[in-house]
Amino acid sequence: MFHRESGYFKTTYRADQALYPLPIARWTVAVFAVLALVLPQLLTVLSGAQSAEYYISIVNFILIAIVGALGLNILVGYTGQISIGHAAFMSVGAYTAANLAVRAGMPFWVTLPAAGLMAAAVGAVVGVPSLRIKGLYLAIATLAAQLIIEWTINHVPWISGGSQASIEIPRPELFGFVLKEHRELYYLFLVVAVLSIVATLNLVRSRIGRAFVAIRDQDIAAEIIGIDIFKYKTLSFAISSFYAGVTGVLYTYLYGVANYENFQITTSIDYLAMIIIGGQGSVLGSIFGATFVTLLPIVIRVFMENVGVFLFTEQELPAVIPAVRLGVFGLLIIVFLVLEPEGLNRLWRNIRSYFRVWPFSY
Amino acid sequence: MDFAFLLIGNGILIGLMYSLIALGFVLVYKATDAINFAQGEFVMLAALISGSVIVGAGLPFWVAVIVALAAMIAFSFALERVVLRPLLGRPIVAVIMATIGLAAILRGLGPFIFGSGTRSITLPVGDEPIEFGPFILQPVQLVGALVSLLFLGAFSWFFLKSRMGVAMRAVADNQQVASAMGINVERYFALAWAMAGIVAALGGIVWGSMLGVDVQVALVGLKVFPVVILGGLDSIPGAVVGGLIVGIVENLAAGYLDPVVGGGTKDFAPYVLMILALMFRPYGMFGKRKIERV
Repeated sequence: MFHRESGYFKTTYRADQALYPLPIARWTVAVFAVLALVLPQLLTVLSGAQSAEYYISIVNFILIAIVGALGLNILVGYTGQISIGHAAFMSVGAYTAANLAVRAGMPFWVTLPAAGLMAAAVGAVVGVPSLRIKGLYLAIATLAAQLIIEWTINHVPWISGGSQASIEIPRPELFGFVLKEHRELYYLFLVVAVLSIVATLNLVRSRIGRAFVAIRDQDIAAEIIGIDIFKYKTLSFAISSFYAGVTGVLYTYLYGVANYENFQITTSIDYLAMIIIGGQGSVLGSIFGATFVTLLPIVIRVFMENVGVFLFTEQELPAVIPAVRLGVFGLLIIVFLVLEPEGLNRLWRNIRSYFRVWPFSY
Repeated sequence: MDFAFLLIGNGILIGLMYSLIALGFVLVYKATDAINFAQGEFVMLAALISGSVIVGAGLPFWVAVIVALAAMIAFSFALERVVLRPLLGRPIVAVIMATIGLAAILRGLGPFIFGSGTRSITLPVGDEPIEFGPFILQPVQLVGALVSLLFLGAFSWFFLKSRMGVAMRAVADNQQVASAMGINVERYFALAWAMAGIVAALGGIVWGSMLGVDVQVALVGLKVFPVVILGGLDSIPGAVVGGLIVGIVENLAAGYLDPVVGGGTKDFAPYVLMILALMFRPYGMFGKRKIERV
């Protein structure tokens, strides 16, 4: 990620497709791993236990967002199918996990994959029409899925647990050790996020990933060279929804409650914003986008609390901040689409290719 | 039986008002192949503008209509120029996302600029319900439906008979051939968006006077999708028939199913209908079937 690549020449496809592009990349990854493992301790030393807990909560949100953004990027960025209903798959995961945990007393390492599979099944069903309909029609169909799933959860007490459509979920527990503080949950989220990053990296360089890209670039041509479009489109929906389901469970464990209000259409748009801003069809871009979009509201809130007080009264501020946030989101989506369609990932690549031959760039 | 008639009569009027909004969507899609996911937010913007002219500035109703029309036309011109023109030729997903982004901007900044309180604007008609045989009609809805019919007729005439309308159909059919025939394609794109702006302005005033003016008006936009999918994305008669079907179905669903399942079927039923349409006839009742080539 940070190494310079000059002087290495790849002569085989195998080398070009390798997970670690250069030997030094192993060291970069190792450094990141160590940093990630000691991050809670590091923050505590740097800023004291109180504010460290707050910073780690932000990191937790970023880690969860990375999982969801990767999933959506597999569908939108790699396979070229659009989904405006991704938050609905998250709510499917969230309620599946909550019901399993509360009714059957399942531990998190069962509810997590189970909820993922449930979301994948629902996602595959939504994806089935993608063979016949695409582009706009698919976008509207997924919007319909969002509304229908939301309505179903809301109106079937058996799923939603009755009042307020919310279910409290017990804290995740591992070997008798209950994860309840942010710094403890952090490790759970870290493991899931790393697993999904590695899984995505491997997926996109496999046969399946190449089939996805072929479908994105020209689906009729892909079918002619022998790719089973129906299978791979449905698969893409299923994998993407699996990630979404897992994301939903992680949110549920973070909040301690499964509630459909966390998974409404604005959440779907947040995730679309992540992959557009980060970069479609890129793992690193998903990470950038998830980080950026998670940090943005915090930055806006701090900004409005410091600068906004000169423009608005105390009473107005709570209503103004979400409005500004929504507006800035929309603006960023449009700006990136018009000016930098490949997102932050492209900017990062530009910086890297500038430094590749630096300082002798003649 | 009276209950059914009441629901159906109501559904027809509401349906015509849906058609009016769907018309804006169809016009843009027909001419430019662009999809406007912000149609509901357009309507909201127009409602907010007319609301602040009438309630905020205390001006008479007809001034509000003119201001809303002018503002929406200017807005859609600017939008076409700044956002959509750079996206020409890019994948359809990009346009969809850009309009979703636009919807977010309008929803975020609309109440920010025009204030978030609900205002009520009233059409200069009474509010005594009119009884017409078995039907009982609200004057606001009646006016809305009449305005819709008027404009649906006007736009049909425009596309079928007028020179510009024919040019616009040519652009919709094939942009390259149209521009080879000497049609200024970009100008017709701008015109299509301006027409969408006009429709949104009227829709905003009609819906605003029915629902009250605030951000919630944008939710009307969610009904546009079932309407256009049922009717066919590029068909004006389709928008009318689709609107009528959605209006009647949602009223019947709300009347007969709500007591059974506990509310909310009004927003739910049209989407179920739409899913069925997508499965069996994705190009809609009157839409043009697209044949794709590599």
